[in-house]
Amino acid sequence: MEPKLEVCGISYSYHSLEGETPALTNISFTAETGEFLAVVGPSGCGKSTLLSLLCGLAEPESGSILIDDRPLSEAKDTIGYMLQKDHLFEWRSILSNVSLGLEIQKRLNADSRSQLLQMLKTYGLDQFQDKRPSQLSGGMRQRAALIRTLALKPDLLLLDEPFSALDYQTRLSVCDDISSIIRKTHKTAILVTHDLSEAISVADRIIVLSARPATVKTIIPVVFSGDERCALSPMERRNAPEFSYYFNLIWKELKGNDEV
Amino acid sequence: MMRFSPFSSRLSTKNPLTTASLSPGQREFLTAELIHKRQVRITRSMLLVLLLALWELAARFDWIDSFIFSSPTMIIQCFWSMAKDGSLFLHTGVTLMETILSFLLVVSISLASALLLWSSRALSEILEPYLVMLNSLPKSALAPLLIVWLGNNTRTIIVAAVSVALFGSILTLHTGFSQTDPDKIKLIDSLGGTKKDVLIKVLLPSSIPLIISNMKVNIGLCLVGVIIGEFLSSRAGLGYLITYGSQTFSCGNILI
Repeated sequence: MEPKLEVCGISYSYHSLEGETPALTNISFTAETGEFLAVVGPSGCGKSTLLSLLCGLAEPESGSILIDDRPLSEAKDTIGYMLQKDHLFEWRSILSNVSLGLEIQKRLNADSRSQLLQMLKTYGLDQFQDKRPSQLSGGMRQRAALIRTLALKPDLLLLDEPFSALDYQTRLSVCDDISSIIRKTHKTAILVTHDLSEAISVADRIIVLSARPATVKTIIPVVFSGDERCALSPMERRNAPEFSYYFNLIWKELKGNDEV
Repeated sequence: MMRFSPFSSRLSTKNPLTTASLSPGQREFLTAELIHKRQVRITRSMLLVLLLALWELAARFDWIDSFIFSSPTMIIQCFWSMAKDGSLFLHTGVTLMETILSFLLVVSISLASALLLWSSRALSEILEPYLVMLNSLPKSALAPLLIVWLGNNTRTIIVAAVSVALFGSILTLHTGFSQTDPDKIKLIDSLGGTKKDVLIKVLLPSSIPLIISNMKVNIGLCLVGVIIGEFLSSRAGLGYLITYGSQTFSCGNILI
């Protein structure tokens, strides 16, 4: 099978008057269609930078990013990016917030509107479509942000610590919700997180990055017994016996960075 | 569910004391709050009455020279006579018109320039020191110059008023615009939006409170500017009235 996403040796540095800060060096990996990847690494190692590059907000200084064998610049509309905070606009209702992307890309019509309403219904937000974001709970806001991203029908979803702004309890349930939504829609997804247990509970493979300048330290496939066709929810994975094994494995990989 | 804070209960019922479902503690709290508010209101108006009375008495008993300091009754008499012959309304009307005109000019010009500065980093960096300098110039000192340039007419007054408010307004708006949440801009970028989308979908809606508060400051400054302009060159308006009053030593006029 053709990989959905192919990242070949990309490097990126930040430039300021004080000097140059290399953020990523020679990063390579691939993602199959429908695969859920997680990226973990020590804080400040350039995880978010990687996502910015993948969705074309910044150009890598070297290397290439291919989506379905096409260069990224031709395939930007197949990528959905979900930011750390929901950034729902307080001056818009939920419905007009989730239609923001369609509005910008001028794809808002009767057809896409009815699809949006259907999505709101599926994810339990149809009661709230005329409410303001501040009237929703953190979890509902995050779901609304996901609908805003999904409304553009991306093939590849980039998630930049989408749960980190939530409190722990909400975080677990929203993580459950959102990963099952992504699994059901068979999207390819890349989740950046600093939370190891979150990464293990959702991902098919985990990419471990080293400290800055980040390189790919290792890529760990995550396999749970009884999890053929990804039947286990993140919560069930957390209770599985393999969970702590993977946790220790990745913890050691990350710790290894400090000793270098 | 009804929450029992003074604010929500005041919103939900007209008179909280008649609501049957209140607990005794809550009732006590609301009564105390009501008494406190009444006390503040009464004392506030008493203070005003007291000061006016003191002023009036001082003038009557010649503790102060009523020719210089005037007195409340003299002001009211003057007000009546001017209201009767209509001159008060003429002058107020002229000043009001000039203020509104210059206010509209300030708002539109400052919004347009702040957006221009926001859209180009180079432009804003080039112009910033000039704006700061223009803003700190004492504009009232420039007014005589404006008469020479533009003549003794309404145009001078408007330009004086605009110059008082404009530069500060541009600076405030530009600072506000450039503090727009970068993540919100990133969101628009990631949804495939352009700078125009950022402007329409994020910048303007999120800046509305800033723009409104800026307008409030501007209308005050415009009034100041108009009166400064009228001091120097006019045949009507409150500023004219004040100058006229000071030249004829009728302090009643000025203090209205």
